[in-house]
Amino acid sequence: MKVKINAERCQGHGRCYDLAPGLFGDDEEGYGQVLGDGVVPPGEEQTARLILANCPERAIEIL
Amino acid sequence: MTVDDRFEQDLMETVRDRVIDPRSAIITGPVSDWATDFSHAEPEWAADPYLIQDELRERCPIAHTERFGGGWLPTRYEDVAAIAYDTDRFSSRAIIMSNVRPPLELAPVGGVPPISSDPPFHHDARKLLLPAFTKTEVAKQEQATRAFCHALIDELQGQPVIDAARDYAQHIPMRVIADMLGFPPEDGPQFREFVEHALEGVNAPPEERVPRIQKLFDYLLTQIRDHVDNPRDDLTTYLINIELYGQKLAPTHVAGTMSLLLIAGIDTTWSAIGASLWHLAKTPADRERLVAEPGLLPTAIEELLRAYAPVTMARLVKADMHWNGVDMKADDWILLSFPAANRDPAQFDRAGEVVIDREINRHAAFGLGIHRCAGSHLARMELRIALEVWLERFPDFSLADPAAVTWATGQVRGPRTLPLRIG
Ligand code: HEM
Repeated sequence: MKVKINAERCQGHGRCYDLAPGLFGDDEEGYGQVLGDGVVPPGEEQTARLILANCPERAIEIL
Repeated sequence: MTVDDRFEQDLMETVRDRVIDPRSAIITGPVSDWATDFSHAEPEWAADPYLIQDELRERCPIAHTERFGGGWLPTRYEDVAAIAYDTDRFSSRAIIMSNVRPPLELAPVGGVPPISSDPPFHHDARKLLLPAFTKTEVAKQEQATRAFCHALIDELQGQPVIDAARDYAQHIPMRVIADMLGFPPEDGPQFREFVEHALEGVNAPPEERVPRIQKLFDYLLTQIRDHVDNPRDDLTTYLINIELYGQKLAPTHVAGTMSLLLIAGIDTTWSAIGASLWHLAKTPADRERLVAEPGLLPTAIEELLRAYAPVTMARLVKADMHWNGVDMKADDWILLSFPAANRDPAQFDRAGEVVIDREINRHAAFGLGIHRCAGSHLARMELRIALEVWLERFPDFSLADPAAVTWATGQVRGPRTLPLRIG
């Protein structure tokens, strides 16, 4: 499982890096960024789904 | 070096027609039917807008009013989101629904950029602010905010009843934003006046509005001139010096953005802290759970933001059109109720209830789309620290007199009087 942020949709609400600081971080303007290659470590799949369901802009994609 | 003479003139000369010329008759008094005559400036709305909006969502779902020169109130999440995203057909030239519509020429900048700006200018004006408001950046203020909250409580300790809105909630965002802008901390009480006039005086006649706005601009100009003479490391000096398109900002842009930060920064967060404490005071089970499980606080805060979203915005319709079943006219208002969107049962399970551990919460309290609250990370930090410190110092509290609680009228809603019994 891999996470991705659709940069066209992201507005920097920061729900992803609030809820999963291991998977996401903020850039210097507060937009979300996937840390590393975005591969979700085993056992973290539920967190990834939670992030998807909490993004107000629906900017998170799970591949 | 050339002298910076941008701020020598009285800004009121420039802003006068934008902010005070009423273009529609002032209509006040009891609402006859919320579907055809709604008003966010009446006491029934302030007392409980949720009942009104829930009923409209079932019945309309887009209400209309002839007040304020004509306007619409969508109540479904889907409609609120569609309007927030549609900056081609809905303008942010004005974001406070009143009897004043600023002149068309003011777009795409508006009086208080970036909240009043439309694309493409909006993006560039917003970009100037974002770096100072990231989660990483605002974390640097956490310690000072915590110390300030403790100091407020040190002063209050020992009183059996405390007005948590007046003596606690309001001071926190005032102090934080005064520090960021580099204003004297003791000026707080003046800020309260500015906030109330900007947001609650929507039906005031021009002869009352003029001196109020003059007072705010006089204050901002004094601060700006002081920063021109004594530059320092704060947002005011930053805005004075920053360049956009190879030029320093227009003086009205500098002052407009400062007034936005002052007003948007204070009233909103004060309301969110107050509404959260009000909920916990009247819901012992939630209060006890948060005291026992402080780790749940961030989740709870999102739910309190959803259920008691303090901010409603406005837009102006750009051109006559048929939209989702209604006939909108150019310059009609849209009262863009994020609070109504947040209680739409089509979007949220148990929408009308506060579910303190709600895990899936795609709420819109900080808006949707390009105008996402630039201060959301700051607001969340302030809210978390304010509640953490309060719960640590006063784990046991209740409403001293439910009937004595008063709520702000208008587009920012939160308790203004909140007597809590401690212990
Ligand atoms: C709980 C507290 C707050 C809430 C609920 C809130 C809510 C909102 C909302 C809904 C918008 C969107 C406006 C629109 O769509 O037209 C907004 C915009 C904005 N807010 Fe906040 N706000 C809060 C606190 C703050 C704070 C603390 C600051 C900064 C000091 C701030 C600064 C701004 C700015 C600058 C914008 C304009 C962004 C843009 O247009 O690009 N807000 N806020």
